[in-house]
Amino acid sequence: MTPGFADPVADAQACFRTILDAMARPGRVQSVFGATAPAPLCDAAAAVLLTLLDHETPLWLDPEAEAARPWITFHTGAPKGTSFAMALSLPDLNGFPAGSDEMPETSATIVVQVASLTSGRPYRLEGPGLREPAVVRITGLPDDFASIWQRNHALFPRGIDLILCAGNTLTALPRGVSVEEA
Amino acid sequence: MDALRSARQRWMAVLARAESGLLRRLLDERAPLPGYTVLRGPEGGLVMVRGRAGGGGAPFNLGEMTVTRCSVSTATGFVGHAYIQGRDEARAELAALADALMQDPSWIDAIEQYVIAPLEHLQAQHRAERAGKAAATKVRFFTMRTMRT
Repeated sequence: MTPGFADPVADAQACFRTILDAMARPGRVQSVFGATAPAPLCDAAAAVLLTLLDHETPLWLDPEAEAARPWITFHTGAPKGTSFAMALSLPDLNGFPAGSDEMPETSATIVVQVASLTSGRPYRLEGPGLREPAVVRITGLPDDFASIWQRNHALFPRGIDLILCAGNTLTALPRGVSVEEA
Repeated sequence: MDALRSARQRWMAVLARAESGLLRRLLDERAPLPGYTVLRGPEGGLVMVRGRAGGGGAPFNLGEMTVTRCSVSTATGFVGHAYIQGRDEARAELAALADALMQDPSWIDAIEQYVIAPLEHLQAQHRAERAGKAAATKVRFFTMRTMRT
């Protein structure tokens, strides 16, 4: 077992602000600090979990990441469920709630740990928060990610939000953003 | 499992009631203690204390109590927790360390003999003393019993 944030209050606030910025500026890569991640999670994913989870956010944990469950449960108290997810590879999005037209906020937020956010396959992002289309390079998503994402994007205002993490960096793909291979 | 749980409940209860200076002195006498890292806290918070009242024992909220909690992990990999009443953070950390050591087979005997047992003995003495003082003021309503019969 390892500690969570070095400074629980200040680090969680800083990380929350970073996630807000990431959601408002899709595709921009941000850094987070302060968390010591348990294997097999990366530091950014651990920081996001510490910041966003509590006993009211049921978490789906990738079976591959089961080793981190005691740490997550100890520090956050999150029960099992599907309103929030921590995955080491993109899971089937149909397995998670996409919300309803009346309550789109009940959809799931999925944290996906990828190999890199600075190199790899380029994706062009377009939508709210982007004056110009942005290009983000990601290693570790499935080959048909763009078409999977467009099906999710088409559900708007319903749909799932993604937070992609690699090392101590993260970027967000909210449901309103359209993704195509560049 | 149940036997282990109640044994741990016993020593955690003793540690939670232990007086700060005495607990530190008893642990210092066992030095060198293994190194440890703090996993969480020590941090203060409030806990709602519930009681039961009435013939049916319906629960009610008695009030909130200040509680300080701490969790530590020893270098040997044992995780100890402590929840104590009040805001004494140093005491919460020491109690968590003692709880971790009580799970370590190479420490349990020494800590039990030189820390837990003396504390428990002292706490029992205090309790008996208070109970004795209270008992001296007890009023026996034998007159009412005779009136009723």
